[in-house]
Amino acid sequence: MIPQGLLYTNEHEWVKLDGAVGTVGITDHAQSALGDITFVELPPAGKALSKGDEACVVESCKAAASVYTPADGSVTEGNAAVDEDPSLVNSDPYGQGWLYKIAFTDAGALAGLMNAEQYAQFLEEQEH
Amino acid sequence: MPFIANTDEQRRQMLADIGVANAEDLFADIPPELRCGDLNLPAGLTEQEVRYRMQALANRNRTGMVSFLGGGFYDHFIPAALDALVTRSEFYTAYTPYQPEISQGTLQAIYEYQSVMCRLTGMDAGNASLYDGGTAIYEAIMMALRITGRRRVIVDDSLNPIYRKMVRSYTTNLGIDLIETPSFEGLPDRARIEQELNKDTAAVIVQNPNFFGRIDDLSDVAELAHRHGALLVMSVYPIALGILKTPGEMGADIVVGEGQSLGMPVSFGGPYLGFMTTREKYVRKMPGRIVGRTVDAQGRSGFVLTLQAREQHIRREKAMSNICSNEGLCALTSLIFLSLLGKEGLPELAQVCADKASYARKRLLEVPGVTMRFPNKWYFNEFVLNLPMPADRVTRELLNRGIAAGFPLGRYWPEMTNCLLVAVTEKRTKQDIDFLAHALEVILCS
Repeated sequence: MIPQGLLYTNEHEWVKLDGAVGTVGITDHAQSALGDITFVELPPAGKALSKGDEACVVESCKAAASVYTPADGSVTEGNAAVDEDPSLVNSDPYGQGWLYKIAFTDAGALAGLMNAEQYAQFLEEQEH
Repeated sequence: MPFIANTDEQRRQMLADIGVANAEDLFADIPPELRCGDLNLPAGLTEQEVRYRMQALANRNRTGMVSFLGGGFYDHFIPAALDALVTRSEFYTAYTPYQPEISQGTLQAIYEYQSVMCRLTGMDAGNASLYDGGTAIYEAIMMALRITGRRRVIVDDSLNPIYRKMVRSYTTNLGIDLIETPSFEGLPDRARIEQELNKDTAAVIVQNPNFFGRIDDLSDVAELAHRHGALLVMSVYPIALGILKTPGEMGADIVVGEGQSLGMPVSFGGPYLGFMTTREKYVRKMPGRIVGRTVDAQGRSGFVLTLQAREQHIRREKAMSNICSNEGLCALTSLIFLSLLGKEGLPELAQVCADKASYARKRLLEVPGVTMRFPNKWYFNEFVLNLPMPADRVTRELLNRGIAAGFPLGRYWPEMTNCLLVAVTEKRTKQDIDFLAHALEVILCS
């Protein structure tokens, strides 16, 4: 089930926009592909990120995946709960398992991202 | 004997299959100036001829010398039990196997090696080994850059000059701001280090005992570094840790060193052993393999390679390092060496080295014209003498008398042409030391 109201990237990140501040996490598809997540390296608050920069690294037992920045901005917060208990990314990827918040320089730059239907279709195309 | 198994016909077929006229065409992308050209190799030799040739070369080694050479590599006694254990076929491979968990014995040995290194250095976690003391410092620098996100590194120049040279070569093209601060009276110059520390500084690199043999409590340097958000990287001589305050107690963040003194002979080119330990909070930024202890589904104790997501086979180009377990056998050697010594034997060995060095210092200072270069109140088993003539001339003369008297410092410090670095291990007897003092006196007074 892919939640409505979020924006999705090709790299299987989701962004929830609240004004100019976005909350970013990885999708259910991404967490399930990675398997049991054992560690998340979060960006420090205040870190300036450009579109495409590596914002986080999500590690499972035998894999590590980069989480990229969807648009230029500055990190406002990393999710301390995930730092404490990385399995939240598996159990609740769209909720408690969010990764970081970022104040976008221009939230309009997210216009190219997918909505839930488009992402569902994207996943389907990837399957084939 | 053909060492390439495929035949001319097979090669012709392969080339035809991929549509290339000859093997030379496969290298067309490499610019001609980067090709090695004609190797100008002599004609082949028979096995017997090769053996004679190698033996003739080996005979040129002078192995019977009385050695006072140190400078990072030390002539310690190696118990016979060590070779007997380390050459057992179950262990006699450099690498961790490609299916590591099936080799519980190898993993247990590495786990125990990591544990003794942590005990020795007073740190929380260690890796499965690095190439040698010099590359270990390079790896520590890269680790400090990853942890701090900064690009400036301060290196005290009483760090082994060979290591400093290695660090310079390794980092030339990495855009790192590498600052070398001159030592003062043979110790890290706190004021200079403080001047160079700023918000871009990732690490301060020091050595204890340092290259001049001086020992130092570097706690205040750790504090200085930490005040600026930088890490303290300390290179150590593991035998000395038998009696010295540990780097952990001094506040070091990353500890590295050359493990040769732990049961490996001094030999040109090694193999040597780099070790690294750190604080638990930095363990994910540490290079190399790490063995962890765990329990299986039935609660039985076992060993695994852990935190593998940092490593090259998973993280690819973003891995912490490409180091693997090349020195596994040397790590095992050091573990067996330390186990044979035990927790009482190591301090005892360290004390004997220090006592013999103390006697040598006293004895050599009796030679007219010989003085201490630094006011060495504290040293371990190595010290710097001032001679009344160039030290390399003296060492050449002494070589003719069967003594490797030490390392002439003029090679790396032009202002120390008359300085000789002398190391004394438990292998040097009172007679050896008196012999050196006597020979030195003869040379200096003739």
